[in-house]
Amino acid sequence: MEKENEFFVNKFFGWLIKGAKWYGSEFYITAIGSIIILVIILITVFAPIIAPYNPIKFVGDTFSPPNSNFYMGTDNLGRDVFSRVIYGARVVLSIAFLSSIFSALLGIPLGLLSGFIGGKIDRILSLIMDSIYSFPGLILAIAMAALLGPGIINISIAIAFVYVPTYFRMSRGHTLSIKEELYVEAAKSLGAKSSTILIKYIFPNVIQSIVVVFSLNIADAILTAAGLSFLGLGIPPPTPDWGMDLSQGRAFLPSGSWWIITFPGIMISVTTLGFSMIGEGLNEILNPKITER
Amino acid sequence: MKSLRAYIITRIFLTIPMIFILVTLVFLIVRIMPGDPVRAMLRPGAPQEYVDNIKHSLGLDKPLIIQYFEYLYNLLRGDLGESLAPVQGRPIVKDLREKFPATLELSIFSMAISMVIGIFTGAYAAYKRRSFIDYGFRIYGIVIYTIPVFWLGLMLQMFFGVYLKLLPVYGRIGIGLTPEKITGLFILDSILTGNMAGLVSAIKHLILPSLTLGLYISGVFTRLTRTNMLDVLSQDFITAARARGLSERVVVYKHALKNALIPIMTMMGLQFALLLAGAVLTETTFSWPGLGRFLIDRILYRDFPSIQSSVVFIAILVAVVSLLVDIIYSYLDPRIRY
Repeated sequence: MEKENEFFVNKFFGWLIKGAKWYGSEFYITAIGSIIILVIILITVFAPIIAPYNPIKFVGDTFSPPNSNFYMGTDNLGRDVFSRVIYGARVVLSIAFLSSIFSALLGIPLGLLSGFIGGKIDRILSLIMDSIYSFPGLILAIAMAALLGPGIINISIAIAFVYVPTYFRMSRGHTLSIKEELYVEAAKSLGAKSSTILIKYIFPNVIQSIVVVFSLNIADAILTAAGLSFLGLGIPPPTPDWGMDLSQGRAFLPSGSWWIITFPGIMISVTTLGFSMIGEGLNEILNPKITER
Repeated sequence: MKSLRAYIITRIFLTIPMIFILVTLVFLIVRIMPGDPVRAMLRPGAPQEYVDNIKHSLGLDKPLIIQYFEYLYNLLRGDLGESLAPVQGRPIVKDLREKFPATLELSIFSMAISMVIGIFTGAYAAYKRRSFIDYGFRIYGIVIYTIPVFWLGLMLQMFFGVYLKLLPVYGRIGIGLTPEKITGLFILDSILTGNMAGLVSAIKHLILPSLTLGLYISGVFTRLTRTNMLDVLSQDFITAARARGLSERVVVYKHALKNALIPIMTMMGLQFALLLAGAVLTETTFSWPGLGRFLIDRILYRDFPSIQSSVVFIAILVAVVSLLVDIIYSYLDPRIRY
């Protein structure tokens, strides 16, 4: 395994250097996405230092527009919107990461096994996964979240369920094509165990795609998590949470309190955009076949 | 034509297990999840006999396998059960029949808007490949998808509804203007009954929600149209058309776009799932009384038969739409049948 890791790391730095030399659009996209995500992760980690106020305390007048004391104004309860936006990253990012890890942990081994074993098991599993994949993910997540109840772990499970097929299809597809490669055939004829072939020969080939799928998955999971909390299926108040803050701010829209609903939405978009850019950029770097003609 | 019929029959047989799996999945999710749905619905501390009573009346005390077959049997008869709350015993089919036209109306207009925006921007980007505009539309295709659809809706409400006061931000039609129900689609019903005030109000109410949902999905079409166009533009018949001295505009919009549109049709089927998911959020933002709003309302009441049935209904809807799109596609493009 270590050799493969080393190879992977070398290749990664290889891209960086190549990208820096060439300054292709993929490189820029990946780099800008990474910077956005780095900044957001730093904000999340250092929230207590950055946020000027306690996000769940009533610190000022209600509905004051952005001013020098409250950079993003205050909400209907007199809480500082800026502090809530800063802290809000925590819930969304933990749910997005957790759910993506959950679905990867379930989807990748299932896909590897299904593709490797083949036969009836593969057909049944593929049919189930395709059915879930074709269904509107958010609606499935809504039903799961409603039945599981609130809580970061529960919501992550609900969202993870939706994305298992993505990992399954990706790893199954790779397994099917690599299974036919000559070097796998050679290993088999030398008497390598199935588990060895799976772990040593097939899995390393899937890793590259995992990076791409994982970052695109996180982007999608952020939108789903925000959607769930907007619908009232997220973390209960007063915990700062972008989606929930938007759904509560919605009631004060007719009175013109634009700041309550503007900033959390911008944060959701920027975070999603960051992860999408990393995913799309890496995808173009890793699979140059589909880059622009 | 024989192979077309064979294709359609195979495709239908592939849809049945898909629906069956989703129906089973929804059943299992509702039953096996930790937490008792009946207890969750009632106030904490409700007496055990009362809970048992409700469970008995719903058939929830029977073994799981019997419940499952009863559920499948009822589904085949078109019986989607009765809701528990807010009105106990109301057939869920009645609710779905009432809410579905609203979602359908929203979906049709959103799909139309997203196709127009997506195909126009995608084709133009391909036409002006590697130009500033091309990059602009490509960035649009990525960015529009990362904007949460409900937030986009809020922003449009704020701008057009609150500041410009041009358009209503909530509901489906003005008070007292609801047309007589024929199809349940307010725009169509208003035209059929000659209710002009109703028609204007219905259109005004529809603009913002369908624009929101349409913009959200348009990015996918932009990207898809552009890639398809570039694909088609590299083919021989385009080179031939150019060699004949046709103007670039005619080559791109008349020859290439027509051929690039066929694969976009299939994407429409796939986008329908995305559209429905987006509709749940958009309906909530705009208080649009459709299926999505219904599902969320019933979740608040913990009315699990309604939750189960509406999810099953959406599953069947998605499967049927993708079946129809595939059939139309195979009719348009004979290559797909083999």
